Amino acid sequence: MTAVTTPPKKQAQRGRPGQSSPKLAYLPIIFLAFAIGVPLLIIVVYSFLEKPSQGTGVKWVFTLENYKALFIQEKLDGTTALDTRYIKVLWTSFYYSLLTTVVTLVLSIPVAMWIATRDARKRNLLVALVTLPFWISILIRTYGMRQIVADEGPIGKFLGIFNIEWSILYSPPATILGLIYVFLPFMILPIYASAERFDFRLAEAAYDLGAKRMTVVRRVILPSIRPGVISGIALVFIPALGSFLQSDMLGGGKTNMVANVIANNFGQARNWPFGSALAVLLIVLTLLFVLIMQGAAQRRGDKVELV
Amino acid sequence: MSEKYLEIRNITKVFQTPEGGEVRALDDVTLDIASGEFFILLGPSGCGKTTLLRSIAGLEYPDSGEIILQGERIDDKPPYDRPVNTVFQSYALFPHMTVGDNIAFGLEMENVDKDEVAKRVEEALEQVQLAGYAKRMPSQLSGGQQQRVALARALAKKPKVLLLDEPLSALDLKLRRGMQVELKRLQRETGITFVFVTHDQEEAMSMGDRIAVFSQGKIVQLDTPVEVYRRPVNAYVADFIGETNLIKGTVVSGGISLPGGNVLPTDQLAADSVIPASGDVTVAIRPEDLVLATNGMISGTVRDVIFTGDSVRVHVTVGDVEVIASLASYGTEIPEQGSKVTLNPEHRAARTVAS
Ligand SMILES: Nc1ncnc2c1ncn2[C@@H]1O[C@H](COP(=O)(O)OP(=O)(O)OP(=O)(O)O)[C@@H](O)[C@H]1O
Ligand SMILES: [Mg+2]
Repeated sequence: MTAVTTPPKKQAQRGRPGQSSPKLAYLPIIFLAFAIGVPLLIIVVYSFLEKPSQGTGVKWVFTLENYKALFIQEKLDGTTALDTRYIKVLWTSFYYSLLTTVVTLVLSIPVAMWIATRDARKRNLLVALVTLPFWISILIRTYGMRQIVADEGPIGKFLGIFNIEWSILYSPPATILGLIYVFLPFMILPIYASAERFDFRLAEAAYDLGAKRMTVVRRVILPSIRPGVISGIALVFIPALGSFLQSDMLGGGKTNMVANVIANNFGQARNWPFGSALAVLLIVLTLLFVLIMQGAAQRRGDKVELV
Repeated sequence: MSEKYLEIRNITKVFQTPEGGEVRALDDVTLDIASGEFFILLGPSGCGKTTLLRSIAGLEYPDSGEIILQGERIDDKPPYDRPVNTVFQSYALFPHMTVGDNIAFGLEMENVDKDEVAKRVEEALEQVQLAGYAKRMPSQLSGGQQQRVALARALAKKPKVLLLDEPLSALDLKLRRGMQVELKRLQRETGITFVFVTHDQEEAMSMGDRIAVFSQGKIVQLDTPVEVYRRPVNAYVADFIGETNLIKGTVVSGGISLPGGNVLPTDQLAADSVIPASGDVTVAIRPEDLVLATNGMISGTVRDVIFTGDSVRVHVTVGDVEVIASLASYGTEIPEQGSKVTLNPEHRAARTVAS
């Protein structure tokens, strides 16, 4: 995960009063390292092992077949051919995540700016409203979403009045809608955090120097909320890439994202090594994305912390 | 001043406060500012100085009145269409841009071509003695340097009027004095009309060609520093500009009766003092216009003697009021605390003022 902050002003960086002892941080760090590191290690190891001829689990024999199987298909007659199924699944995941990121970004900037310009009391209320969905389990919310977008749901009924056909449940649009709905707060909040700190006197200064509205937004406001935008993109795109629930419950299995395929291999398909290889590929691609984001942020002089 | 360059005509601005009340920040303000003038808006906190400046810049729209620049109305134009620039009290430098980009920003808005922008950025930085700082970020500058960048950014646009809102208030005294001299020089060299807001009367007097003294959204007096200092129109101005002893008295035949049985003869007052036939008046005397005398007109008891270096301030109890005399620290005999002294107003500088 990335967190982006503008470089702090040259101030005391160590030994500030109130700064807590590093010892207090050890326990959670150890816990996190353990909880992330061990499963990761298992996945990586499994991805290089063979699948047992019967049942689940792994056979302790080293092989690269799992990685080969991601891209190459062995036909019954013994010849091999390029297998695009998994590349397509990855591409679908990437495309859905990108779409989700772009839509949430476009929606979030005006919302965040609007909240940031309200007075303090209204601001707190609005932020609370944005976080309201977190109070309810994502599973329940996705069930709710299913009722809303169902053919016979409120939207369908309403459009039915005008004889407009509405049928998106169990198809890609429903998955994407579900993703946008779930991830919107994760985009709004970090952008709002940046926007709230924006000094609107800078916008006045820009006006005074001859800038028009859009120029002020583009050259002064957007660069100032950039750390929030980058954090938001990371907070939406990366989890969206690995999301599972929306395509499962709203996409109806017809539109599998990579996480669904991985889950399937650990479940019904009983191919843990192959599922692990696909998971490793997803992790590598995610890491690549994080590195690109970090590079983009650093070029502009922001400080980016990688965990 | 006769020449009309920037005209403010009957500007009124009323703010609604969150508590439901109203604040008359500007109350029917009218004034003319001449081309190339160093014009000061002076007044205590909350009297509407910033509101007037923001109205000229276009960041605030007055409820009524007109603002005319070189014969053309500008009060209905947006800020980006007014040939006027501001140096903000908070500097308002763009933190994500270098010093050079900050200054270039305003020029790019005018579509000045690239080479010309570079040239004018360089020029502006030289004007404020920051040549070579173009690549720095604002956060890498001291407060005084940031202040200069804000100045350079506005100057680079070559505005018809430069508005400065307490630009020096965040600087320490020494830096402030230096900047006052430098601003004065810059204004002379560029010939740009400056409208400068301050609540520091010393700053106002040392820099301004003319001063408009504000009180509660109204102009109380508009004059040159010397006139404002020497001929304050009322007790408020006399007290706000410099230090003044304001002594209440009553008109008696041939003079004014002051506390403690003292009488100040009319011929000792400034010639243009307005003295009513009878009743109460307020007499204003600057501390530096009082001298110790052996048989002076105002007698009292020394209460405190304070040495300030270049002068000695003697607090004298006269009847039931306290009068301060500021004496030169050399060549004067300094009275002792508790001793009886008499004071004389000099140069006919004492005057009656409306209260
Ligand atoms: N946006 C606003 N809403 C409500 N009242 C305002 C607003 N802006 C200014 N005022 C009020 O208008 C009056 C004049 O304010 P202004 O900022 O012009 O004062 P000022 O002379 O610049 O004071 P200072 O020396 O403290 O900067 C004040 O009473 C202030 O509270
Ligand atoms: Mg002000």
